[in-house]
Amino acid sequence: MHEILSGNEAIARGAHEAGVKVASAYPGTPSTEILETIIQYKEIDASWAPNEKVALEVAIGASFGGGRALVAMKHVGVNVAADPLFTLSYTGVNGGLLLVVADDPEMHSSQNEQDSRNYAKFAKVPLLEPSDSRECKEFTRLAFELSERYDTPVILRSTTRISHGKSIVELDEPVTGLPEPRLVRNSAKLVMLPGNAKVRHPLVEERMAKLSRDGSTLAINRLELRDTSIGIITSGVCYQYVREVLPDASTLKLGMVHPLPRDLIRKFAAQVDTLYVVEELDPFIEEQVKAMGIAVTGKEIFSLCGELTPGRIRKAFGLPGVENSVVEKLPGRPPNMCPGCPHRGVFFALNQLKAYVTGDIGCYTLGFMPPLSAMDTCVCMGASIGTATGVVKVVSEEERKKVVAVIGDSTFLHTGINGLMDMVYNNAPATVVILDNRITAMTGRQENPASGFTLTDEPAQRIDFPLLCKALGVKHIRVVNPLDLEETKRVLKEEMARPEPSVIITDKPCVLIKREGVFTKGPVYQVDAEQCTGCRACLKIGCPAIEWQPGEGKQGKAFIDPLLCTGCDVCRQLCKFDAIGRSK
Amino acid sequence: MSGQITNILLVGVGGQGILLASEILSETFMLAGFDVKKSEIHGMSQRGGSVVSHVRYGREVFSPIVPEGEGDILFGFELMETCRALPLLKKGGKVVANDLRIPPPSVLMGQETYPEGLADRIRTEFPDLLLVDGQQLAMDAGNPRVANTVLLGAVSKRIDIAEDYWLKALEKLVPKKALEVNRKAFMLGRNL
Repeated sequence: MHEILSGNEAIARGAHEAGVKVASAYPGTPSTEILETIIQYKEIDASWAPNEKVALEVAIGASFGGGRALVAMKHVGVNVAADPLFTLSYTGVNGGLLLVVADDPEMHSSQNEQDSRNYAKFAKVPLLEPSDSRECKEFTRLAFELSERYDTPVILRSTTRISHGKSIVELDEPVTGLPEPRLVRNSAKLVMLPGNAKVRHPLVEERMAKLSRDGSTLAINRLELRDTSIGIITSGVCYQYVREVLPDASTLKLGMVHPLPRDLIRKFAAQVDTLYVVEELDPFIEEQVKAMGIAVTGKEIFSLCGELTPGRIRKAFGLPGVENSVVEKLPGRPPNMCPGCPHRGVFFALNQLKAYVTGDIGCYTLGFMPPLSAMDTCVCMGASIGTATGVVKVVSEEERKKVVAVIGDSTFLHTGINGLMDMVYNNAPATVVILDNRITAMTGRQENPASGFTLTDEPAQRIDFPLLCKALGVKHIRVVNPLDLEETKRVLKEEMARPEPSVIITDKPCVLIKREGVFTKGPVYQVDAEQCTGCRACLKIGCPAIEWQPGEGKQGKAFIDPLLCTGCDVCRQLCKFDAIGRSK
Repeated sequence: MSGQITNILLVGVGGQGILLASEILSETFMLAGFDVKKSEIHGMSQRGGSVVSHVRYGREVFSPIVPEGEGDILFGFELMETCRALPLLKKGGKVVANDLRIPPPSVLMGQETYPEGLADRIRTEFPDLLLVDGQQLAMDAGNPRVANTVLLGAVSKRIDIAEDYWLKALEKLVPKKALEVNRKAFMLGRNL
């Protein structure tokens, strides 16, 4: 039985075949679909956690309890989960534990392109890197065996091209005969006080040395001798590109990238004339090979930035390029907030108030784009509030009034809440806007602790934001309808002027939520061509449903696409000539 | 090696049903006994941005993305996006394009104009262009949302795979209640 699966779907399938009991994650492109598809395997307890640190801790608990556990995240999620990860390396596991990390070279949907392989070296844990969906499934299965055999968490590193690429996978039956989870006390191994940790650290070093030795005979580290004039050490999707571009070259295809199988690398190096490493981002393999005293070419011909492609590899090896068509400059097509998006009015108001906006990660980061152009900073998940606190600490009293942090519901619960604690605790006079659209929207509408549902669609306790903020000690909490421009602007203005911390919560659901009774499309709007003066005021919100139609001479008119309009009413409020109204 | 691989690129605007079309293509090739790989970007690009999906099939496929300038067939869901993707296509490549213009934000706001004469621009360099009125044909099939399936039908005619495999893939991937209208849309495109 075979199927076409994405890398993410194949990892979920691998978890099922490996007998995984618990899976936890925080959504993040390109890793999100792992948990979204793992729920088809009903024996796995799968859930969204509020952030990656909690997700890993849930997996750690499941492992300590004796069950196999998987945790998934995007590359920057590992920064959040790093604290438990580094000490988990010391405790080791009971049931196998796999941390899946999906990197995003080229930053298709990310704020940086950090290379997660460095975490494996830093935390001293093995890292496997699959090169297609078949390997995603097989390596996932193998990872659990290695985890238990070597008493270590294992990292499976994917990239966007692996996670979102699809290829044919042969399905197998799940393993049987795994021990039943139960409480087993082993506090010397699991309580990391200095005295215990000192005993564990040498064992970690021994484990990694043994893994490196054993790696030379591990089947997923594969020496493929063809023409020996060129030898290429590579892994992941780069292996596929190398086979495509240089089909005759010899390759050492690494399935386990950390620790490196040193003996095998020496053996390969001795059999080829010129040795190369083809890897995306950091010279992770290259530097270690060079440190072994082996001459190798890598980042001398490849960029440290972005992803590799067959074309970029051809170019690096000096192979003739393909002559292709050249296209003159065309208007760009950047992503945009959806028609009817409840964030639009908030950013329009912030722009009008000339606020200094510390932003955060989510759809609303698009508030940076013109014509809304109302975002001044965006660093990482949850950073908006801490950043605002820092800004008001240094600028003048007059400028403080301009500082507003904006953060989505899911991002606030991820790591923004700590920032708000600090803002209140240390009395930083900035304004926080929690954009509550009742979903984790950017990654494709995932439930969260404030949405009222779980990953598996079970009803859940919904966090009450006003009450939560009150408990944190916020004295000024306002709830606004962000589709009411006048109200939104007035409340923002009042709270920005206040020399104390305050929180404004916008309360309108994402227009993409399909669950019945949450978002309902209103009657659509239309432009009365007689009334429209062509003043372009309605264009200032950048709604994809409103189109400027140039007319004779300078006289153009606005047009609303009835198929795109959701009836949010925001454009009507901008029209001073009553030219926009509900369709009859 | 590349000679034995067929490279197909699907391009358009997020939300046009490109993902489903590329799934159906891949499934068809697998059913016909080929190795197949595909690649696309999800996430940020879904918010109305440009979308490119790569599908490759043959005896053994390595790279999941089409090497630059080696596309055999460009399957465009929107005219400007079709034009933007021409550098990915090899000389003499085939183009099947939806005769549809979706204005990007700068055009909506009246800051730029949607370029004129794009179809002619494509045809000058790639004479094997089939321009399809996907929207009209989708209406003829009974649902304006199945334009992607009309286009898929038109593309299928340019790929040497028996009709039976296409219909089997449709049946597997299209929700049951929408199957009939999609089948009709596919055949309308295929018989152009």
